[in-house]
Amino acid sequence: MTAETGIGARVKRKEDQRFLTGTGRYVDDLPLARATYAYFLRSPHAHAKIKSIDTAAAKAMPGVVEIFTGADTAAAKMGGLICGWVVKDKHGQPHKAPPHPVMAADTVRYVGDPVAMVIANSAAEARDAAEAIKVDYDVKPANVDLSKALAKGTPEVHAEAPGNLIYDWEIGVKADVDAAFAKAAHVTKLDIVNNRLIPNAMEPRAAAAEYDKGTGNYTLWSTSQNPHVLRLILSAFVLGIPEHKLRVVAPDVGGGFGSKIFCYNEETMVTWAAAKVGRPIKWTAERAESFMTDAHGRDHITHAELALDKDNKFLAMKVETIANMGAYLSTFSTAVPTYLYATLLAGQYTTPLIYANVKAAVTHTAPVDAYRGAGRPEATFVVESLVSAAAKELKVDPAELRRKNFIPPEAFPYQTPVALQYDSGNYPPIIDEAMKIADYKGFESRRAEAKSRGKLRGIGFSSYIEACGLAPSQVIGQLGGGVGQWEAAQIKFNPTGNVQVLTGSHSHGQSHETTFAQIVSDKLGVPIENIEVVHGDTATTPFGMGTYGSRSLAVGGSAIMKAADKVIAKGKKIAAHLMEASVADVVFENGTFKVAGTDKAVPLGQAVFAAYVPHNYPLQELEPGMDENAFYDPANFVYPAGTQICEVEIDPDTGATEIVNFTAVDDFGNVINPMIVEGQVHGGITQGVGQALLECAVYDKDTGQLLSGSFNDYAMPRADDVPSFKTGYKVTPCPHNPLGVKGCGEAGAIAAPAAVMNAIHDAVAPIGVKHVPMPATPQTVWQAIHGGK
Amino acid sequence: MTINVAMTVNGKAVSGKVEARTLLVQFLREHLGLTGTHVGCDTSQCGACVVHLDGKSIKSCTILAVQAEGGKVTTIEGLAESADKLHPMQEAFRENHALQCGFCTPGMVMSAIDMVKRNNYQLDEATVRRELEGNLCRCTGYHNIVKAILAAAPAMKAAGV
Repeated sequence: MTAETGIGARVKRKEDQRFLTGTGRYVDDLPLARATYAYFLRSPHAHAKIKSIDTAAAKAMPGVVEIFTGADTAAAKMGGLICGWVVKDKHGQPHKAPPHPVMAADTVRYVGDPVAMVIANSAAEARDAAEAIKVDYDVKPANVDLSKALAKGTPEVHAEAPGNLIYDWEIGVKADVDAAFAKAAHVTKLDIVNNRLIPNAMEPRAAAAEYDKGTGNYTLWSTSQNPHVLRLILSAFVLGIPEHKLRVVAPDVGGGFGSKIFCYNEETMVTWAAAKVGRPIKWTAERAESFMTDAHGRDHITHAELALDKDNKFLAMKVETIANMGAYLSTFSTAVPTYLYATLLAGQYTTPLIYANVKAAVTHTAPVDAYRGAGRPEATFVVESLVSAAAKELKVDPAELRRKNFIPPEAFPYQTPVALQYDSGNYPPIIDEAMKIADYKGFESRRAEAKSRGKLRGIGFSSYIEACGLAPSQVIGQLGGGVGQWEAAQIKFNPTGNVQVLTGSHSHGQSHETTFAQIVSDKLGVPIENIEVVHGDTATTPFGMGTYGSRSLAVGGSAIMKAADKVIAKGKKIAAHLMEASVADVVFENGTFKVAGTDKAVPLGQAVFAAYVPHNYPLQELEPGMDENAFYDPANFVYPAGTQICEVEIDPDTGATEIVNFTAVDDFGNVINPMIVEGQVHGGITQGVGQALLECAVYDKDTGQLLSGSFNDYAMPRADDVPSFKTGYKVTPCPHNPLGVKGCGEAGAIAAPAAVMNAIHDAVAPIGVKHVPMPATPQTVWQAIHGGK
Repeated sequence: MTINVAMTVNGKAVSGKVEARTLLVQFLREHLGLTGTHVGCDTSQCGACVVHLDGKSIKSCTILAVQAEGGKVTTIEGLAESADKLHPMQEAFRENHALQCGFCTPGMVMSAIDMVKRNNYQLDEATVRRELEGNLCRCTGYHNIVKAILAAAPAMKAAGV
């Protein structure tokens, strides 16, 4: 039974039936009796003073229940939205923390900043009424262009952040790195713009809330990746509703990719206002609002240099980055371009000295925060672009240059110069396997054949490292993180032997209901159909930290393993009693307790039944019931690694790039369900390809208007933008978690942009083109080839 | 202004009184409670709202409910014969792990069925990729969706659906 459904099996997903039959239940699907509907009137300006807001005409419109503005939230003394990670600058001072009002009161700071909330009997009436609100703005010059954000004379976003600087942060010793550069035989230098992205989960953000006057309890249904953390923030910092009086439910959630980690204005207002109007309130973002107000991702300007010795060994790296924070500091924004970025600059290599300086700037644009990979794609792009550029300049094979500088397998655990200690890894076999699958040997003949058709063919490598499975709580605390980073699990048997597995993490596409059930089925021998994984409701699940940073399996799965161990330990005592044996002689195999060397056996189900009907049960020493909790705080991050190889063909006449081959070989440690893991890799790669070829959030540099504000203007990857992918695995189990697993959710998106861009640079190098920026749209590539003629 | 609409949805005659501006997807979701059909954008691009109207796939966010007056609408809820017997396209999506968060899935499945029929059950990968132009998925990278549709085409033909 468990061989087909246990660890390592390609089990079909338990969640599919409801999604395939239209019976999933997303926030907007909830039927709430007497519901009202909210619409947010938003600033059309990037920067303006609000001189006045006149809601009188709007309040008289049909169906309008209530209208709230920043004056109301200020009068209610509502706390602002918080940034939960304190980054200390290079002088040891905490980052500048300008306030983030839930509703703009006197100043608007980006196009989309909410200025009024209209609540009406229907969504259409709320929207109609919003159009009747008169806001008198005094429009001010805006700071939109990141390259000028820190320059003298640029308009300031916040008085609390002089010169628009949030922090000036560094890691490494600059003098040591400079000294190494002085001795270098070769230095490769690159200027990189890591393009700004809009996450665009297919389900727009949504929130619905109701208030029970009788009990004083609030319930918020939210499209959240971490309902417990959302509740904590709303309770402790923003609304002051005691945690035990606020229930947050994240039901089926249609993708997140980071954008649904954060605590947003709208869910805050919906919760607060539900008590004010005494009726449930529903709000669902229109896609235009998602574009304007979901936290965006990436947006770095970087200068990077790599120093090599005469044998092409990496001597040192230095990196200067300006990171865009947007107009306000979103929940985890400050950590992304620091601890999730610069600590990854060693990549898979032995580079002994690294210095990075990161300046975080505010601008009059939407807040920027973690998006699939969060800092690690930016780091990988820097490292892997440098390595491929160096190989080109030195006329050496890019795979050989990588191999020469890989951390050797015998060096683990390996202490990098940028804080992290890699626990395990074996990189050479990964690149070997990827080159085999990609038929690297045959590439030059394919390039020649393409040339005969007038096409430019190129191949690109990206060997990524990722620190994920966030993470040891004490390390996170030392780095300024405001929360613990353990995960919780509960395995609750019912008297009839079926099981509920409650987890503090949350699935919004990652397939926890299947993967976690496989773990429990494998470990306890319970048929998978008798296991239900419960997640996403603070009223039923143990407090947990949620799902992001590829942490659910490594941390949440490990908590489940710990709880399962407790079930077995208790079951052994019950079985020993039933078999009249010593606990020390009882073993647990395939779901049954046995006394070694005898035919005595008690199936787990029988022990569970005895625990609930304890007629023949050691009540003096053992409590009845079978309901075990565990909390797991990891010893270290986990370090998935892999190599991607992308092969492209460019039409020099049109600039169009076609991905003709894409290979990914990953080391995710042990794999619970290869089918699910491959799906994560495919999706991640496609998001990375999107960044490389298609996607870019563009603001008008003068007015701050979002020019890429719909699917008409923002190019999402479509099915014909990507090929079918070739994937492979190498396994070095994680040495410090009980499953031996690493994380797979972000890997594809972390590595792919560099693989694609390195392939493009390889394709255009023979015609003398050195630089193509991201996204490499046909226009961009054409201009690079034809010199902008 | 309210208008009466009547149509057949998943084999049942339904009717309702709607505002003239009510979109078909709003009628399905809000009046009939058929929330399997999703709304993912405002510009008729994501395809999460695809249903069949008189046998053809349409984006239900882009027509008014009154335009479907008298029509036969099939939604994702009306596809499977029973909980145990899914449509071959639904089955192929499950077999090939062609869905993750599930939000785009109903529209994908409805589009895919129409695609298979329009192409007379004969599809290749390039055709599937090209014809998925009107459906966005952010999770799967399309790899397994393409596999599922290619697998479903002969299965649909064999099942006579």
